[in-house]
Amino acid sequence: MGEATALRAAPWVTRDSEFFWEAARREELVAERCADCGILRSPPRPMCPHCNSVARETQVLSGRGSIYTWVIPRYPVVPGFEGTHIVAVIDLEEGIRLVSNICEIAYEDITADMPVEVFFEPMQDGYKIPLFRPAAG
Amino acid sequence: MGKLDQVAVAGIGATEFSKNSGRSEIQLAAECVKAALDDAGLTPQDVDGMLTFTIDNNEDVALVRNLGVKALRYASRIPHGGGGSGGSLVHAAGAIVAGLADVVVVWRAMNERSEYRFGQANTGRPAPGGGATNMEWTIPWGAATPACWQSMVSQRYMHEFGVTNRDLAEISILMRKHAVNNPEAFGYQKPISIDDHQNSKWIIEPILRLLDCCQESDGGQAFVLTSLERARDLKQPPVRITAGAQYVPYPVDAITNFYQDDFTDMVTTRGMAQQLYEQSGTGPQDIQVAMLYDHFTPIVLQHLEAWGFCKRGEAMEFIRDGHCELDGSLPVNTHGGLIGEAYIHGLNSAAEAVRQVRGTAINQIAGVEHAAFSSGLTGVIFGRV
Repeated sequence: MGEATALRAAPWVTRDSEFFWEAARREELVAERCADCGILRSPPRPMCPHCNSVARETQVLSGRGSIYTWVIPRYPVVPGFEGTHIVAVIDLEEGIRLVSNICEIAYEDITADMPVEVFFEPMQDGYKIPLFRPAAG
Repeated sequence: MGKLDQVAVAGIGATEFSKNSGRSEIQLAAECVKAALDDAGLTPQDVDGMLTFTIDNNEDVALVRNLGVKALRYASRIPHGGGGSGGSLVHAAGAIVAGLADVVVVWRAMNERSEYRFGQANTGRPAPGGGATNMEWTIPWGAATPACWQSMVSQRYMHEFGVTNRDLAEISILMRKHAVNNPEAFGYQKPISIDDHQNSKWIIEPILRLLDCCQESDGGQAFVLTSLERARDLKQPPVRITAGAQYVPYPVDAITNFYQDDFTDMVTTRGMAQQLYEQSGTGPQDIQVAMLYDHFTPIVLQHLEAWGFCKRGEAMEFIRDGHCELDGSLPVNTHGGLIGEAYIHGLNSAAEAVRQVRGTAINQIAGVEHAAFSSGLTGVIFGRV
């Protein structure tokens, strides 16, 4: 449950998102951090909105977070998502947000702010995508 | 106080709203603008300014060539997708106040049902200008439609305040009820019941069913704005731009809007409405009728709260108590809204606000001094002169 039925299409990768998808290939969930003021940001963007520095570095995240919102898209069917997939907004424990899927749990068993952990699934062209499931323990 | 109140809507015009217009988008644009000029008693030769949405496919110069406009002194476009629809009128008014143009036409014309499908899944990189800047961070996870993106926000509101999809049926029923005697509406003579709503298919479970969504539409809607002074001498009673505002706080996005702290508070609209009230010295109690951008039912709740028509978390109860009915304290979407009439990206609801101030609406509310139009990130208070 929760997974796409076939390998998902490769993401469209830009100069500003390449670091995220390259890390995901290594099964690392990363975010961008300002190299000057140290503040994390998500989604990626070239300039720090706090100090306007364009110097940036990558931080490996814990992969732990909690579920802020969660829904099941039914219609129109999204190509590659013919089965049930739960879309969620995840509050990562580092204080940033990420849209992802919640897997390995039925929709009705999800509760607000439920703890989740990241795992990775192959995409086309050798990419991998970060997905979430209920946190172990 | 603001200065926009020296500007008036002098004309409104539209094509029919349909699922298949059978003609090009530029033809729809030219027809609706000509209709608005006819309504105002002006001609294309009077036009010297034009404004539309960034995502409108029609070029200003193409419209100039169709209408035979003598010369443009001003042309501009507004971002934020439908969230910018109120802003198109605000910026047109601003151009007139600044002396950049005397007569500005505002339009939105599209075949977003017959030529392309606005509600279908996006699978690739979007064209720029739509205001959904975070699509690359949603599409790989199968979150690919406006209905999905809106639901990802509304779900938290509904969770916090105990609103269910069955509750949303009451909003859909109300919009369709208001559309029943509107011959321009998809919902003309087609009221719906709770059963109809609950039997319609899930679009985004458990938030939106089919009958919670506006319908993809073909059509065009236009406005003519000019100075209040000039509008007084024209064909229609002028409708004042009492106030107009835009508010897009960090880090808000028009619809892929997942990075603000609290999804239950529509901070865009709250800040926008506050500016409107400050510009005009009015408050929620001074608005007699409201047109709220209802691409999907749950957003109506958040508009009501952000404008201060009711307290946070109480909008469902406010609707259930009958306040938004035609005989209520604040009739909402008296033409049927985007759900009941058609989805011309918000501008058809702004036109209804103008009709309510003129006194010519199908479901005319008595004694309208101020009519509100809220498109979320932008909005207008229209006033009687």
